[in-house]
Amino acid sequence: MPACSSTRGGCTVGDSAIGWGGLSASLLLVVVAIGLSAWRRLGLEATIAWACARAMGQLLLVGYALAALIDDDAPASLAWAWVVAMVAFAAVTVRRRTPEVPGAFSLALVATGSSAALSLAVVFGLEIYDAVPRAIIPIAGMMVGNSISGTVTASRQVIAELADHRLEVEARLALGQPWTEASRRQVRAALRTALMTQIESTKAVGLVFLPGAMTGLILAGADPVDAVLVQAAVMFLILGAVATNATIVGLGLARRLFSSDHRLLPLARSTA
Amino acid sequence: MADALFAFEAVVVEAGGRRILDGVTAELPDRGVTCLVGPSGSGKSTMLRLCNRLEVPTSGVVRFRGTDLAELDVLAHRRRVGMVFQRPTPFPGTVRDNLLVARPGTDDGVLGVVLERAALPEHFLDRVADELSGGEAQRMCLARTLVTDPEVLLMDEPTSSLDADAAKELERLARRLADDGVPVVWVSHDLAQVDRIADARLLVDQGRVHRG
Repeated sequence: MPACSSTRGGCTVGDSAIGWGGLSASLLLVVVAIGLSAWRRLGLEATIAWACARAMGQLLLVGYALAALIDDDAPASLAWAWVVAMVAFAAVTVRRRTPEVPGAFSLALVATGSSAALSLAVVFGLEIYDAVPRAIIPIAGMMVGNSISGTVTASRQVIAELADHRLEVEARLALGQPWTEASRRQVRAALRTALMTQIESTKAVGLVFLPGAMTGLILAGADPVDAVLVQAAVMFLILGAVATNATIVGLGLARRLFSSDHRLLPLARSTA
Repeated sequence: MADALFAFEAVVVEAGGRRILDGVTAELPDRGVTCLVGPSGSGKSTMLRLCNRLEVPTSGVVRFRGTDLAELDVLAHRRRVGMVFQRPTPFPGTVRDNLLVARPGTDDGVLGVVLERAALPEHFLDRVADELSGGEAQRMCLARTLVTDPEVLLMDEPTSSLDADAAKELERLARRLADDGVPVVWVSHDLAQVDRIADARLLVDQGRVHRG
């Protein structure tokens, strides 16, 4: 169940909302960033202003859309449609960030869709949360959002490992090994790297930084221990989603980098 | 007349918008040491890689003893046609681990015999492959290839990273294998080396082949 329920008190919009006045006050820090850029002649003043304006616009749009979607009377089907759109947008983002990866869009679509389906099946199948729009959208958002970086890292690492160790892979192929065996060491190394980022982040949580979901709940007035429980559950789900994602992308991409007759195809980072 | 070891029929290879082989038609004899000789970037290594299908032609046909390579099981073919690369490529682990990659489950007695064919003593089985000298590592790579008992040996400038003594040792081993009935195709840009080892030679220049 959500830690911040209406029955616990201290978690109402009135308590947590900062209002337009609070938002305007927070812009002071943007002014500081712009001032620093101007002082050091970084030439980023317009970029910072545009980034903040764009983020504000996007968040407001999402906020109004979410207000309609998570309304108690809104059908869950709309929330699920939003999740599908998030998965598709994640695949588009991955393709844009990894132009060197062949078939990045379809790989990311399959991987992100699979990991989101698995995570949400656990969350709602085991009744960690009720499958209501207020839970579906933010949880799917966290899974999908974190999966993007996992997908990008895994695909870049697979290409980098195979490019850096092309000689070894081809020496194995020349001995008659199929591509699955010839590339096993490199794919394993790539997956380890992709997962270690998330594992390190999981290890550092609470000591080095306070994660977003927990911080948000505490700011909204939830009991810190309840917030920790929610955050821990979210973290484990993200870890599982990233692991699923990276594995699907890693294995799927490796398959695409070899021809059907077991040749390693030219790679963007080839050193051969 | 017996089929050639490898026959290239109007072979074109293009990559990255560049024509690497430009309609090569040539035959490699099924005996002795045949050298593919030419300057860097002439296409001789590409010809060698076509022979065990690490590359495929953009157009044209490559035949192995009369059969189109495209019709052969590629993994089985690669075990029949061993390849030693320009630089030694030791895999992680010991020399034994390396040899077992080529033929898992082979006992030490057989591995020792193979090492001997590559002029390495049997006690090298326990040596860490990464710690071998350049010449030793390249001979271990030769031994690793010989574990599959290949019918043909392809050698892609195998002495380019070795000192003169190690290079001559490898030349001597290739000669011995050829004399034992394993045809060797050797890529080199070193004319003096070609003079020492070649029974036949093909000159490769700008993607075309001229008989030497």
